[in-house]
Amino acid sequence: MSILDVFRRKRRESAAVAKDRLQVIIAHERSDARGPDYLPPLREELLEVVRKYVAVDDDAVRMQVDREGDYEYLELNITLPEGSSPQAPARGR
Amino acid sequence: MARVIVVTSGKGGVGKTTTSTAFGAGLAKAGHKVVIVDFDVGLRNVDLVMGCERRVVFDFVNVINQEANLNQALIRDKRFEGLYILSASQTRDKDALTEEGVERVISELAERFDYVICDSPAGIERGAQLAMYHADDALVVANPEVSSVRDSDRVLGLLGSRTRRAENGEEPVGEYLLLTRYSPAQVSKGQMMAADDVCEILSTPLLGVIPESSAVLTASNSGLPVSMEERSDAGQAYNDAVARYLGETREHRFLTRKKGLIGRLFGS
Repeated sequence: MSILDVFRRKRRESAAVAKDRLQVIIAHERSDARGPDYLPPLREELLEVVRKYVAVDDDAVRMQVDREGDYEYLELNITLPEGSSPQAPARGR
Repeated sequence: MARVIVVTSGKGGVGKTTTSTAFGAGLAKAGHKVVIVDFDVGLRNVDLVMGCERRVVFDFVNVINQEANLNQALIRDKRFEGLYILSASQTRDKDALTEEGVERVISELAERFDYVICDSPAGIERGAQLAMYHADDALVVANPEVSSVRDSDRVLGLLGSRTRRAENGEEPVGEYLLLTRYSPAQVSKGQMMAADDVCEILSTPLLGVIPESSAVLTASNSGLPVSMEERSDAGQAYNDAVARYLGETREHRFLTRKKGLIGRLFGS
């Protein structure tokens, strides 16, 4: 630590910001780009089905293929909007 | 049989051609028979950086179309025994390369050389995929900068899925990261991502770090592979990278800035 360090590093270093941003975006893009080709259309259709019942955002349906040994898992996550309840579904679009 | 090396990057302007020529010259200097194939059809630059632009008569596309044979199209480097280039065509459109043609030429070259270096065009489209298809090893060239790192990740994805080795379920393509235009001074100030960070993000081993250097420009100005400039920092860094590729253990020399007296006093 030198005298000058006192005046420095008040702002967050841009290299650290770059690293964080890259880690997030690359993790996201890997799950998209490295899955099977049928994932994007499957996702679109699921989104349509979900929307028949609940109004959700475009990114509400997330899916990812994971591999463990000889098995492939399709992990599917649907984020429902706050306040939506399964008893009273929206009437679709 | 030769080892086929693709030099690729995704993003343009990061130093693929500089790397292909420096690596080719380095391997030739180590006594290997090397050919550098320029896949950038429509643009072409390997000939210019190697200083043999006036000797190109027949090119890669001529050989693909069987208008010339390999002996006619291979240009021998005047400085190194065993170093050749196969130039790209500047006039033909970029779809002139066919899958069958590329396969035939690469396998013919693989019989005659120890290393076939494929200088890929930028991007991830057909030309880049043709350049990487037959690769045994890939040098992924990146700058420590967000857009370059992100595009490198896309290229690494393709290397794992769209190559002959991937399609046949063989051992995967060997991946090596080469960071160019690295500035230790900026890294120490936190203004540039450090080599370790980039390796961690891409989870790819580091083959070499090439410092930002005026030697790269002066070498290409005079048609010289920069690894021949043995007194320059960039030249030494490339020669280290070649030695590491050939299995030698060498420390990374250009990761930190050498501090002068004033720098030491103030610890900047």
